[in-house]
Amino acid sequence: MKAMKSTLLRTVLFSLTFTIICGVIYTALVTGIAQLLFPKQANGSIIEVGGKKYGCELLGQQYTDDAHLWGRIMKVDVGTFTAEDGTPLMYAAPSNLSPASEEYQALVRERIEKLRAANPDMDETAIPVDLVTCSGSGLDPHISPAAAEYQVPRLAKANQITEDEIRAMIRECTDGKWLGLFGEETVNVLEVNLRLDGIL
Amino acid sequence: MMGTVIQYILYLVILVLLAIPLGAYIGKVMNGEKTILSKVFVPCENLVYKVTRIDKNEQMNWKKYTVCTLLFSAAGLVGLFLLQILQGFLPGNPQHLPGVPWDLSFNTAISFVTNTNWQAYSGESTLSYLTQSLGLTVQNFVSAATGIAVLFALIRGLIQVKKEELGSFWVDMTRVIVHILLPLNLVIAVCLVGGGVVQNLKPAETVDLLEPIAVSAKGEILENADIDLETQTVTVSGETISNAQIVTQQIVPLGPAASQIAIKQTGTNGGGYFGVNAAHPLENPNPFTNMMEMISLLLIPAALCFTFGRNIKNKKQGIAIFMAMFLCLALALSVVAVNEQLATPQLSQNGAVDTAVSQMQAGGNMEGKETRFGIATSSTWAVFTTAASNGSVNSMHDSYTPLGGMITMLLMQLGEVIFGGVGCGLYGMLAFAILTVFIAGLMVGRTPEFLGKKIEPYEMKWAVAVCLATPVAILIGSGIAAALPSVADSLNNGGAHGFSEILYAYSSAGGNNGSAFAGFNANTVFLNVSLGLVMLFARFIPIVGTMAIAGSLASKKKAATTAGTLSTTNAMFVFLLIFIVLLVGALSFFPALSLGPIAEYFSSIV
Repeated sequence: MKAMKSTLLRTVLFSLTFTIICGVIYTALVTGIAQLLFPKQANGSIIEVGGKKYGCELLGQQYTDDAHLWGRIMKVDVGTFTAEDGTPLMYAAPSNLSPASEEYQALVRERIEKLRAANPDMDETAIPVDLVTCSGSGLDPHISPAAAEYQVPRLAKANQITEDEIRAMIRECTDGKWLGLFGEETVNVLEVNLRLDGIL
Repeated sequence: MMGTVIQYILYLVILVLLAIPLGAYIGKVMNGEKTILSKVFVPCENLVYKVTRIDKNEQMNWKKYTVCTLLFSAAGLVGLFLLQILQGFLPGNPQHLPGVPWDLSFNTAISFVTNTNWQAYSGESTLSYLTQSLGLTVQNFVSAATGIAVLFALIRGLIQVKKEELGSFWVDMTRVIVHILLPLNLVIAVCLVGGGVVQNLKPAETVDLLEPIAVSAKGEILENADIDLETQTVTVSGETISNAQIVTQQIVPLGPAASQIAIKQTGTNGGGYFGVNAAHPLENPNPFTNMMEMISLLLIPAALCFTFGRNIKNKKQGIAIFMAMFLCLALALSVVAVNEQLATPQLSQNGAVDTAVSQMQAGGNMEGKETRFGIATSSTWAVFTTAASNGSVNSMHDSYTPLGGMITMLLMQLGEVIFGGVGCGLYGMLAFAILTVFIAGLMVGRTPEFLGKKIEPYEMKWAVAVCLATPVAILIGSGIAAALPSVADSLNNGGAHGFSEILYAYSSAGGNNGSAFAGFNANTVFLNVSLGLVMLFARFIPIVGTMAIAGSLASKKKAATTAGTLSTTNAMFVFLLIFIVLLVGALSFFPALSLGPIAEYFSSIV
């Protein structure tokens, strides 16, 4: 009985010690180093121009305007978060749909029709797959270069500039694979749109 | 195309190259040998002993070691449960989140203590910063360390001759955390922040939307709405919508994410800081952070194979176990990769959608996948995370093709022994090795031996319990759930895929994995409680079984190797081991899988 009691006491003491080491000291140490070395990244990579916060470089937004580059399909969520004054805030979620069901087939067909109607110059060109699919986070800030290229004629017309100027903007906002090998090449949709709007 | 294949190969090569030296380091640390970092960490280690009044030289028998393991887990369970219930009254809660309901707290506490990290909640909207760091981060460390400690008790059981001493649970825990987990995670966490992962203690930010969104009074999003921000009016096809709200801002969730993400990967925990886990761009912003996170999720489980070989002074045995795991991993990866790249007819729509891989895009089944990860990086992660019992995701497994999704499920159903969780994957695999020598022994008519120790009915009984705990927990759990009408409300997809969502949830809990077909709404009282019980069963039955085997083997004498001894290091053994693992998995799960993913596959191609 006495041995049991001492084991119990040791357990509690040990748990508390490691709660302090792993929960407090470790977290504080990482936070301190992070804020010192990488203040911008550690605080959410927010794009600020002239005191106004124009979105987060890493979070996707929904674009439906013909003059803007469109991103991945979004399942927008305005019910989870609210500002302090009670107005809803935008967030998004993944679809979690099976890509092998009939419902999904119908959904994709709708998206194709919408994209074709908005991009008449592309006729029957096959649509890059990332434009008709919802992303894994629901907040994917990127599309593939193919998906950006598909929208170039529409963007040129709507913004009344040449296609080459649009392509140059897209190139500026394109990140290659890491070390040329890992991951995929991506176009940051928000950055392109801020350039199209003359903000960046 | 070539670029994609090279990516798969490099991911595997980098993993092995890092695992070998780490394996040697872990082996030294756990034996108390000198390492290059001893000068820094041994004083820290001794300080912990002093504060907690632990005798460094204490030796425990298997019963005492097990009691300490169970008590320590129970203390963690109670602490984490209370922390969640009471978070509304505690500091470190800038978002002013209320206490977590009892059933969800119960589920989450079990989930993190058992190294599962099944998440029926969404981190950014449910848990305060205090709960995340004092509760979850801490359990991420100690539940991982517990797995490794139990593994080392087993290793000592294999080495000891006619003794009862298996080391001290407290010393093993301290060494794992101080020498291995803390330094490794500190480095990884800082690198992650450099790559763009958030790490701060501020409340969430709000930023402006480029295009405002109109929402009806019912909370539905109005498409094709004309929004006049000056007069705050919303019109749809010329008609003014009354009481419509205009959303002009987006939330940017913040908090101490990187520190927790590092340990959830290295400790094969897997519980995301954010709800969508490593698919979230603030949790895993680019291919660099992805490489760090993905390699670290399989690093320690792979390294432990080499540690095992080193510490039992039979490197070939470590390599044999590693090869069995690695071959299964590579096989699973190739099946997932091919299926995801091929996509489905429902997505490609007779060529209207371009799903081909090219210089300009990754192609394939991009539903539920991030552009920056494409097919190769998403598929590799999916296989790594379900092979290891990690369970973090960088793409949504619910949206995988039927056969791709089935492989991720099967990897969990095999009992999480293809690398598996830190420590527990290897001790699970060693139970399968014992099963294998027993069956092989029966075939050639010899007394089965493993590493010079006779395998007798006592060890066999416990080995079978370890091997079957997972399948039993999964099948009984999902069987009951499938029979309950109320569970159908939790499904996000219909038909065969709906059944797959249930089966995946219980496989994930039973494998202590924690990933999900995330459309499934698991936050109901029945699911929280039943999945919680499945996780407890699948974690602690194998721990008790492994410890009992360790105790029994330690007290046996070591038999001399003769010409008649069955080799457990050659290719034949590796093949037999894989065969037994697959056989147990296939026999247990073929019926269930044919009702879920296999049925879905056949209905999708006709």
